[in-house]
Amino acid sequence: MITGFILRALEGKIVVAIAILIGVAILVPALNLLTSPDSALHIPTYAMALMGKYLCYALLALALDLVWGYCGILSLGHGAFFALGGYAMGMYLMRQIGSRGTYGNPLLPDFMVFLNWKELPWFWYGFDHFAFAMLMVLVVPGLLAFVFGWFAFRSRVNGVYLSIITQAMTYALLLAFFRNDMGFGGNNGLTDFKEILGFNVQAGGTRAALFAMSAIMLALCLLVASAITRSKFGKVLVGVRDAESRVRFLGFRVENIKLFTFVVSAMFAGIAGALFVPQVGIINPGEFAPANSIEVVVWTAVGGRGTLIGPIIGAILVNAGKSYFTGAFPEIWLFALGGLFIAVTLFLPRGIVGTIQHGFAGRKALKAAVEAEKGRDAGAVPVARQVQAAE
Amino acid sequence: MPIRFFTLFFLIFSFAAPAFSQGADPKPLFNQLADADFGQAESIVAQIATSGDIRVVPALEAFAEGDLYFRKADKAVFVAKPAGAQLDLIDPVTAESAGQVAKGAVTKIRVNNTLRRAIRAALGGLTLMSPDRSVRLAAADAILLSPSAEALDLVEAAIAKETDRDVKFRMEEARAVSVLSSDRSLDEKRAAIQTMGNLGGRSALGILSSVSSTIDPSLKADLDAAIKAIQNEQQLWDLAQNVWYGVSLGSVLLLAAIGLAITFGVMGIINMAHGEMVMLGAYSTYVVQEVIRSHAPGLFDWSLTIALPVAFLVTGAVGFVVERGIIRFLYGRPLETLLATWGVSLILQQTIRSIFGPTNKEVGNPSWMSGSFPLGGMTITWNRMWIVIFSLSIFFALLVVMKKSAFGLNMRAVTQNRRMASSMGIRTPWVDALTFALGSGIAGIAGVALSQIDNVSPNLGQSYIIDSFMVVVFGGVGNLWGTLVGALSLGVLNKFLEPSVGAVLGKILVLVLIILFIQKRPRGLFALKGRAIEA
Repeated sequence: MITGFILRALEGKIVVAIAILIGVAILVPALNLLTSPDSALHIPTYAMALMGKYLCYALLALALDLVWGYCGILSLGHGAFFALGGYAMGMYLMRQIGSRGTYGNPLLPDFMVFLNWKELPWFWYGFDHFAFAMLMVLVVPGLLAFVFGWFAFRSRVNGVYLSIITQAMTYALLLAFFRNDMGFGGNNGLTDFKEILGFNVQAGGTRAALFAMSAIMLALCLLVASAITRSKFGKVLVGVRDAESRVRFLGFRVENIKLFTFVVSAMFAGIAGALFVPQVGIINPGEFAPANSIEVVVWTAVGGRGTLIGPIIGAILVNAGKSYFTGAFPEIWLFALGGLFIAVTLFLPRGIVGTIQHGFAGRKALKAAVEAEKGRDAGAVPVARQVQAAE
Repeated sequence: MPIRFFTLFFLIFSFAAPAFSQGADPKPLFNQLADADFGQAESIVAQIATSGDIRVVPALEAFAEGDLYFRKADKAVFVAKPAGAQLDLIDPVTAESAGQVAKGAVTKIRVNNTLRRAIRAALGGLTLMSPDRSVRLAAADAILLSPSAEALDLVEAAIAKETDRDVKFRMEEARAVSVLSSDRSLDEKRAAIQTMGNLGGRSALGILSSVSSTIDPSLKADLDAAIKAIQNEQQLWDLAQNVWYGVSLGSVLLLAAIGLAITFGVMGIINMAHGEMVMLGAYSTYVVQEVIRSHAPGLFDWSLTIALPVAFLVTGAVGFVVERGIIRFLYGRPLETLLATWGVSLILQQTIRSIFGPTNKEVGNPSWMSGSFPLGGMTITWNRMWIVIFSLSIFFALLVVMKKSAFGLNMRAVTQNRRMASSMGIRTPWVDALTFALGSGIAGIAGVALSQIDNVSPNLGQSYIIDSFMVVVFGGVGNLWGTLVGALSLGVLNKFLEPSVGAVLGKILVLVLIILFIQKRPRGLFALKGRAIEA
């Protein structure tokens, strides 16, 4: 059954994408490690680190696309799941520092010694084991998503309201993680990592391995996402997105469907965060900033929501653009990003990949699509009203 | 303590009424000091004090400091100040200069502690009996703040003469405070404790608690009762102060959210650029103030009044352009308005940053917004007071526009049923544009007010956007009253959580409570009924 599940996921484009990702996972580290720095084919370490970062962002965008593009839940709090995964990884890396910190305390990370703490808080227990930390990378974001979604979907909080409370969630976490007494390093976050699984995080080989890991995890998550969306469950998911009430009347438990997707998506985001942290070398509360989560929405929108490849392309393109602009013309980056937001919503509502898939429909067809969408929304009202009356 | 005592009286006198004379001329009395021994000097000082002539105060102070001299030649008494090798002589009554003499030509009038006490008493009596009401009041207040047994006789003498009801009341209180530190009888002290219990206030509480260890055991019960009474009253005032802080924060939230109540609440646009409209309003204030500073400094107190229409027009115009240029293509796709308006907000931020730079801009407070005034046991600053008044007036003005004007009628009609409104001949695109412009304009006005209490920087809007959405969603989308109640209750809730858990945790708790509240009532406190809820 599982094989069938996976096999169904292997649609043409997904196969190509996964093949490319695996190729990248092999080729880029190879070009970085095996070629001499003078060679034309050489990929410098900083470029590889940058690309590794993009891949993590791409995974985050994929996670958001799963809930937004397929389930219609616009989460403005996905940065929170990303950061939580990152913190779980960061905690593991902090524990690996051991007595090599500035204060040389074998048990406590530097910031706790600095705050005059005497013993490790209970929630830091177990993070010295890699396996436990990796479990937490999945469990912590998943649990938060479960609790949050369980309440929200059961009370049928949806649309705009859901977006706003997810934003409130990440904002509350931002404020919470800024506090020193939380035990997560406060303002400065977690940094100064030494090694991961016994390998120096700064070493070229470790970096190459982390990069390869990012590409492979992205490929793996893409496979899972594809399997989900191409299964029967995936069809229902799209049904929930397009006409939630109708799916409910057909007898599906919409809240459970949403909850499952939301939790899976949060776990993807957690994985992305966990891969991100050792590559950039720091995790701090800034990752919870609501603006970050909104930026993820843009990557997804640019690439094309409702397509699995789109968000990956969108995240990589926008971030590559960001790296270029902030380096070359720092003052116009925000103009470019803002313009991109507006242009994509106005002219490319399907995003890059979506537009290519549907062929370049002219403005007319676009307008028709918008009209149809409007009509659908308007049409949905009486149905919903009848239900309300029936209830 | 004596130093403070004197400084206090000196300060009081530095703004006292012009010289005033009654009773005997103090000048000959001063001259008698030249031959007097300590005992005689004491009675002379008392006589000087009974003259009631407040011009003698500096001379008496100089006497206590040992700066009073008499001229050997004619035994005339002067205040002397060192001027190089010589001494400046100053007339003790008129304070006119009487020339310079060599140090050998004068003799210091000696002073001892008993005499100093007498002088201090005389000084206190002089101010307590000053013909100027405000000086008497200030003197009584001074004794209230730093009571002493020595002042008691003076206060009692002053009470006997006092005719002004308020001042007399204050003096009675000062007397009660002084009795406790004197060696009067227990009954008098008991009465004093009761007076202080009725008086209340932090200083009374402090005095009562400080004497509680030394006081006669038989008075202990009365003392505790009085302390308890004051504490209860104090708690009530603390509560009132907290409510006020809450209302004040709530009014800031209301200001920030009220424009959003139109663009998001009424129109359903997730306007992420709302915070930037507030920011534009604040920068309009800055520009207006700069223009006034360089061209018409005299108008500075009017700068906010001038900035209000300017900010409204600027942000309203920006809102109009944004609606016509971007948002009108996105009706029916609320989640995408979020993206587009977020883009607008980034562009506006960067534009302001490019023009004015990334640093905070200085926006001044006009004089009528500075300072504070006491209200019972709490202190209210004028700028907070004005912001509360201002936000409520904007709220009610908006309510009138929505409910009573033709434009408001059109606006509500378009919101409730666009097609029907259009069929009735309402130009819906025009109404959309004006509504969005109105919401943006109000955000701009809010920016004028917020520029008074917050840093004016390109990031100003970012700090308000989440709070604003919380307020509107909590209050109930599409309901202005909900926004008012939401803002005030969130403000008060925040301020009540703050003392026990701290500011940041308080804010986190409020956010969590809102998230939970939305689960219970997904449409907010005051949900709209009917079709609008499905939009």
